[in-house]
Parts: sequence; structure tokens; C-alpha cells
Amino acid sequence: MSEKHKIEAGHAVGQPVTLRELESHVKGQTVYYEDVKVPRMLHLKVHRSSVAHARILDIDTSRAEQSDGVVSVLTYRDVPATKVWTHFEAVGIAPGAEPILALDKVRWKGEPIVAVVAESLKQAEDGAAKVKVTYEKLASVFDVDAALAPGAPNLFDCWPDNHYLFPDDHAAAQIRFGDAEKAFAEADHIVEHVYNTRPIEQAPIETAGCVAVPGSDGRFTLYTNSQSLSNTRNNAAEIAGISPARLHLIGGTAGGGFGGKVDMAIEPMALLAAMKSKRPVKYRFTREDEMTVSSTRAAWRVSIKDGVMQDGRIVARYVTTHQDVGAYLRNSIYGAFKHASHMPGPYTVPNVSADVFCVFTNRTPSAAMRGFGVMPASFAIEMQMDRIAKALRMDPWQLRLKNAFRNGDMKAHRREVWDAALVETIQATARLSGKDLPEDYKQMSSQKRLGS
Amino acid sequence: MTAKLVQLTVNGREEHIAADGLISLQQVLREKLDYNTVKDGCTQGGCGACSVLVDGELALACLLPVSRLEGAEITTLEGLNESNSAGVIQESFVEHSAAQCGFCTSGMIISAKALLDENPTPSRDDIMEAISGNLCRCTGYLPIIEAVQSAAGKLAKGGDGE
Amino acid sequence: MAKKRGTGMAAVSYPIGMHLGGDPTGALVHATSGGNFVVAMSSVDLGQGLKTVMAQIAAEALGVPLDTVIIDTGDTDTGPHCSGTGASRTTHRAGNAVIAAAKEARSAMLDVAAEMLEVSAADLETDGKGNIHVAGVEEKSVSVAETVQAGTFQFGKTIAGRGLFLVPKSPQDPETGESDPHSTQAHACTVAEVEVDTESGEVEVLSLKSAYEIGRQINPELVKGQIVGGAWMAIGHTLCETTAPYYPTTEHAPLDFLNYGMTGVAEMPEVECELLEFPSPSGPFGAKGVGEMVANSPIPAIVNAINNALDLDISDIPVTPEVILRALDAQAAGAD
Repeated sequence: MSEKHKIEAGHAVGQPVTLRELESHVKGQTVYYEDVKVPRMLHLKVHRSSVAHARILDIDTSRAEQSDGVVSVLTYRDVPATKVWTHFEAVGIAPGAEPILALDKVRWKGEPIVAVVAESLKQAEDGAAKVKVTYEKLASVFDVDAALAPGAPNLFDCWPDNHYLFPDDHAAAQIRFGDAEKAFAEADHIVEHVYNTRPIEQAPIETAGCVAVPGSDGRFTLYTNSQSLSNTRNNAAEIAGISPARLHLIGGTAGGGFGGKVDMAIEPMALLAAMKSKRPVKYRFTREDEMTVSSTRAAWRVSIKDGVMQDGRIVARYVTTHQDVGAYLRNSIYGAFKHASHMPGPYTVPNVSADVFCVFTNRTPSAAMRGFGVMPASFAIEMQMDRIAKALRMDPWQLRLKNAFRNGDMKAHRREVWDAALVETIQATARLSGKDLPEDYKQMSSQKRLGS
Repeated sequence: MTAKLVQLTVNGREEHIAADGLISLQQVLREKLDYNTVKDGCTQGGCGACSVLVDGELALACLLPVSRLEGAEITTLEGLNESNSAGVIQESFVEHSAAQCGFCTSGMIISAKALLDENPTPSRDDIMEAISGNLCRCTGYLPIIEAVQSAAGKLAKGGDGE
Repeated sequence: MAKKRGTGMAAVSYPIGMHLGGDPTGALVHATSGGNFVVAMSSVDLGQGLKTVMAQIAAEALGVPLDTVIIDTGDTDTGPHCSGTGASRTTHRAGNAVIAAAKEARSAMLDVAAEMLEVSAADLETDGKGNIHVAGVEEKSVSVAETVQAGTFQFGKTIAGRGLFLVPKSPQDPETGESDPHSTQAHACTVAEVEVDTESGEVEVLSLKSAYEIGRQINPELVKGQIVGGAWMAIGHTLCETTAPYYPTTEHAPLDFLNYGMTGVAEMPEVECELLEFPSPSGPFGAKGVGEMVANSPIPAIVNAINNALDLDISDIPVTPEVILRALDAQAAGAD
């Protein structure tokens, strides 16, 4: 062990202790879910929708069933309990809408329709390719504007305007704080702009996967790289119509995640296939699956309108955000709430109004990625801060320091700030990068508001 | 399709493999011979997690049909572990915290080993070139570059990490 | 045609913990008769170092050597509930659960040691090196290993503890958005320096300099790993990565790593960072969290730097060479 990693005896916290698994990582001996060998394991391949939006007229699995090595074929009829993902229904915030395997409609190109289980992966792939689905194509929408346009093709009967309905039938996750309208009327300048991000892939080097193994005691062991074992257990059990007490999840060591392994999409499918086949089943995303059918980060469109005084104080901020969630909600409302609560960012603005919409389109569904909801908020706000600075011909550092939240300030979600350190962080970055701040800005503190 | 019997040497052991069609070296090493250090990150030749040495040269096991490897000598990280011939590189990776999730690390060590065997005094650019086919999503590469630089320095000094 | 340089900055905060609460995580600690302390959990290590950080927290709270702490995680039969790795919640939530469990186990351990030494448990201290002694009287001591043995074979007492950390639910008011959405805030500020080739549209990030305030660092080496890795990820998100290069059309979507542009090793600049520590009263030993936020300040800092270099107004990511060249064309047309 090098000098750098020597730790002071008796105190473990605060020390640069070497990552526990580093010795096994460098020897390739860390055990990931796929390294556990299970005898007589079958492989699963999903036949997916080839069109973005259609009614399903017929699903013909007869040739797949006859295909070499195929052991079982699953359609929605093999999903015993709830036919849809219900993890948000369980907490009372959204009706289940995403089928485990397609029912009467597909809403994105890549939606799972039939699962084919075979002795080898190649045989499962060959079998899946032989499934024949007859579609009646429907018109599609691929972005927020198209989805919200009058007369746009509708994805869900329960959401007639192609956007999710938040509690109390609100169209958006809302923040209402102060009197933004009045403040705009009194502001010296109005600065407004729209900021966009595009879908991206989490891309952990290990793809998402699971091996489901039936036990002789009626329980099932699931080896998985899920980012959330307990919730995945409960969700998989609910979909399979069995008690969570019958599931045993083993994981805890994943080859990266970044939000790409929180969907709970893999385990229920592997479990249903193992139940039907009565043998261990492995289901893993290929890299192409990760790129095309696993959840992406959403495309976010963030529109900000600020009322600003000549001295740089931001007195009002309006935010309207559209999250293009794709064809199904998954955990997008969580991202929407998080985005809304983050407004107006780490600045004290006395009048704030925010509306965050979750809009359905016929795209690959989106979900979590590192910084879920907050990253697009931070991106838009920090681009906007430079825009304000430019409009006022003010130094962007000074603009941020002047508006940075201080302890005791009230945030838009109506809680006092008590652990602020933005001022000190900006000051430290100025020192690090050789930026000279005026003396009064060097004296600022998160503990109290001086001058300004 | 008829299977062809292929003879390989893997980590010094002679193996006879029935090679069906396009079965890849990666499938044979991972699934038939249980060499778990050969990871599967893409099966497309795009990530380097399955890197091995074939006759001493760096290769992507997922792109190589076994049927074309008659008589080849294959070395996986298990083989380097047994001979401790990557010990200095591994020690440097630990010292520089050059792995987080560890999934790319086997391939990364193999690439570093192939580089240092070929070029014991690599420049920073040489190192970046050598690991450019190995993707890491966690570390931002800087600690890996430092680790390989440090391993090269140690090997130049005495060969055993002194 | 030229290469132009620019700088840009951005400052952010990050709300630590599962938004809106209601996300329990538990830990169980027990001493084995072999001399280890096992922490059983269902939490997931994605490579960020959960197992390392939990071992440090457990060792500190138990007052025992780090190498005697085993983290046994990732098993829903043996480990209590965990609401998952995400939202920068595990250091905070699991860390607090581990402290609670370790405190209870420590108290059981000191009770046994007190009986062995015939003193009050309140007078005992641990030295973190494997010994328990009477405060101020170092020679009056027993080892942790002897204490565990005595607990098992002499006194018939289990040395173990339970911890469950739960932040109450705080749903957002549908009208005003009022809620208590996070447990503490971490902060960061980044300055990016870029060079843009106005002929090719390519951007080189020359440096990223950041200050972070993430409460007390449990492990500075792992924190630095997150910050450097996040800086790299941010460059990719800013300059090239997308699964929909011609959004909103679905054409030209990548199927593999060759066509999903991630930043290459050669494009990685030096990353400097300074850590400020404002310990959070809500966090384990004052820790907040860092994993989620590490791309959030570099991304806008880089785009601000590009706009600064070219006097442009780009406000969408990724900023590909095509985006830059089109923006420069539009700028030139506007100037005509």
C-alpha cells in the first residue's frame, strides 16, 4: 500500500481509504451477476414492436414455438396478475399504463410484445424473429410541440391531452411563490430564453441483466445488477402475482449504473419466464438494446423568463418546462417534481412560478440519469445567468454572488435555507482560476447578506 | 453446420474446442472455459472489455471466430494473474484509484500490458493511444493514464515495482 | 479561420436524498466469534464506493479497526430494506442507518467489556485499534476480540445493533409546490476554458477548475474519483452524446459505441478541484453526497465558454461541430 493510502489508525472517516474492491477489480476477480454460473440456464429474447404507434390486430407465435431450442413463449396472456407496471400506482400518484408485454396497442418502436425463451441465446433470437405481429398503424408524434398540438394523435385514453395529470388534475408540477406578475411589472429588464437537451444513454459498460432461478422450496433467486434491490423485489412479485416473500434478490455489485439500472424492467420478465419454463432464465440487454430500447434521459425543454433590476437582483422567475418523457411515464414524474422543487436554483428570488409538464410522445420511454431532473434545471439556469449578465453588462461572477442564496432566505418551496455554501464555493473557484473579485464580493458570506 | 475441432493454448493449457460456425473467442473463454475476466460489454468490438492477448498481441475476443485461431496462444487476465506478470501494473492501478465499477478493468490491464511489453517507455500520447479502444464510463481516464505511466516508471527502474 | 479561446463558469446546488422522502434504508451490525463486525445491507455499489464508505462509517462509529469491518450487501434475505442507489442518497441514508446500528452494537460491546473490567460502561473508550480501555487509564483495558469472545462464551450476550433511517414523506402541494424536498444541499462551481476551431467546429476543453462543497468528505479519494469522472461525462454530454442526433426525427440513432459519441481519452483535460467542507447536521459525520451532481456545473460552464469564445448564443446541448458551424454561418449572415 502506497503512502497516499495509509490511514491514520483509529480514525476511518475522512481518510483516503482505497476502494474496497480495487484489488479484486485489477485481477478481474470481482463477481458481477453474470459471473455466477447456473446450471441448465435458458436465455430470453424479446420480440419488439417494429412501428412507433399501432393497434395490434394479431400476434402469431406459432412459428416461434416450433423453432429449434425454444422452450416457452410468453405474451400478455402469461402475465398472471396486473398486466401493467404499477410501481407508481402503489404510491398513489399514477395509474399503471405501461404493459409488461403489449396488450392491444404499441406506442413506441421497440415496445416488448413477446418473450421467447430457448436453450441458447441464438435460438431465442431466432425464435423471436419468427413472431409475426399484424399492426394497424396509427399516426405518431415525436416531440412536445407535435404532441401538444390541437388534434394530435393521442397515446392514452386516460390522458387525453398527451400530458400527465398531476394530483388535483394539474397539468404540471407547480411552484407558486410570491407574486411574479407584479414583480415583472416593476422589473427594470425582462430576460427570457429557451434551453434544450437531447436524449442520452446512461451507458454503463455492464448492460442491465438478471438471472432468475426457481428453487425447490417454491422461492425464486434473482441474481441482478439492479440499482434498487428491495423495490425491484416488490415490483417483480406484484407483476408475477406472488408474495415478495417468495423472492430472494442477490446483487449489490454492478458494473456502473448512472440511472440505467433503476427501471426494474429486466427482473419481472426473467421471473415470469422462469416460472413458465420451470428452469433458470437469463435476460440481459445487449448493447444495441441499451442504445435503442432501454430508457434514455428525456429531451428537456426549459423556458425561463426573468424580471431583473438594474443592479442585478433577480426579482421574478417564470419557468415552463416540457419533459419529453417518451411513450410511457416510468419515473418521469419524480424527475418533474425534483426539477420543479429545484427552481429557481441556488438563488434567492422572491417571486417564482414554475410549471413542469410530462409530455407523451412515440419515442423510447425516458427515465432517470445521473442528476435526474436537476441537471436540465442547472443547465438552463446557468445559461440564463450568463444571458442576464450580458444583458446588464455585469460580471457573471458578481451576478451569481449577488443572487446566491444565504442561510435564512426563503426558498420557493417554502423552506428556509439553512446549509448554504454557494457563495464560498464561487469564491473558492475564483481563487482557483485566478479570477479577481472586488473586495466587497470577497467579503460576502452564506451566513448573512451584506450590502447588495 | 458442422463443428470444426480447433486446438488452442489458453493460459498455457491446451484446449480442444468444437467451433460451431462463428462462435467467438469471447463465448468460448467466458461460457465454455469459465474465464470470467473476459467481460461482455457490447459484443460489437466497441468497448474493449473482452480484451485478451492472442500470440502476445492485443485482440478483442468478441470479434474473433474461434475457427480461425487454430494453434493460437491465448492469454487472459487469469493467465497474467497466475504468472504475476501484470503485478506492477495492477499495483499501480490500485495506487492511483484507476477503477471504480471495475467492469472495464480486466480489459484495461490487458491493454496496458500489451503496450508496456511492446514499448517500455511510453509517452502520455502512447498510453492514450493504447487504451483508446477500452471504454471506461466511471473514472474519466486520468487515473488510468497516471497508473500506466507509474507502472512504466517502476518497470524501468527495476522490474518488480521497487 | 482560427482557433478561438473562451472561458465560462457555472454554479450549482444539488438536493441530497430521495426527493419527497419516504425512502427507508436499514443496516444490521453484528460481531462474529471470529473477530469481525459484519454490516448486513441491501444497498448497491455501482462502483462509487458504497462498500468502502459504509465500512469507514461503521468502523468509526463502532470504534474498531477498519479491516475488521465486513460489508455484506446486496442480499434481500439477509440485509434490511434499501430504497436503492440514486439521488445521491446512499451515503446520507445508508450512512445514518449504519451509524445507528453501530452505536447499538458498540453499546452492547462496552457493556460486556464493563463486566470484564468491573467498571461502568460509561467510563470506557475505544482506541480504534482494537482495544477498549477505561478513560484516562490506558493500562486498564481489554481487546475488542477478547470482548466479543467473552460476550459469546462467558456472558451469553449478543454484540449487535439495528439501524433504520427514514426521512418522513413530504408530498409536494399540488398548487404551491410547498414541500420539504431534500435533506441537505451540496454545492459546486466550475470554470471551463475552451478552444474552438472555427473551421472544423471542434471544441477542445482545455481545463475544468471546480470547487465543491459536499459536507464532510468520508473518503476524499473516492470524492475526487466522482468529480474527475463526472467532468469527463460532462464533456461528452456537452459536445457529442445523444441517442437522437437529429431530434425530433428518430433517424440515425446509434446502435453501438462506435456511433454513440462519448468523449475519447485524448479529449480529457486536466481537472482541478478544491473541496470545502461545511459539515451537514443531517448527514453521517456531516457528509452530504456527491455522485449525482458532478456533471451539472461543468456542462453549462463549457457552453458558456463556447459562447464566450465565439460571441454566440448557443443554448442547446449537445454542441456538436455541426451546431457550431451552423451558428457561425448564421452569425456571419447576420453581420452582412
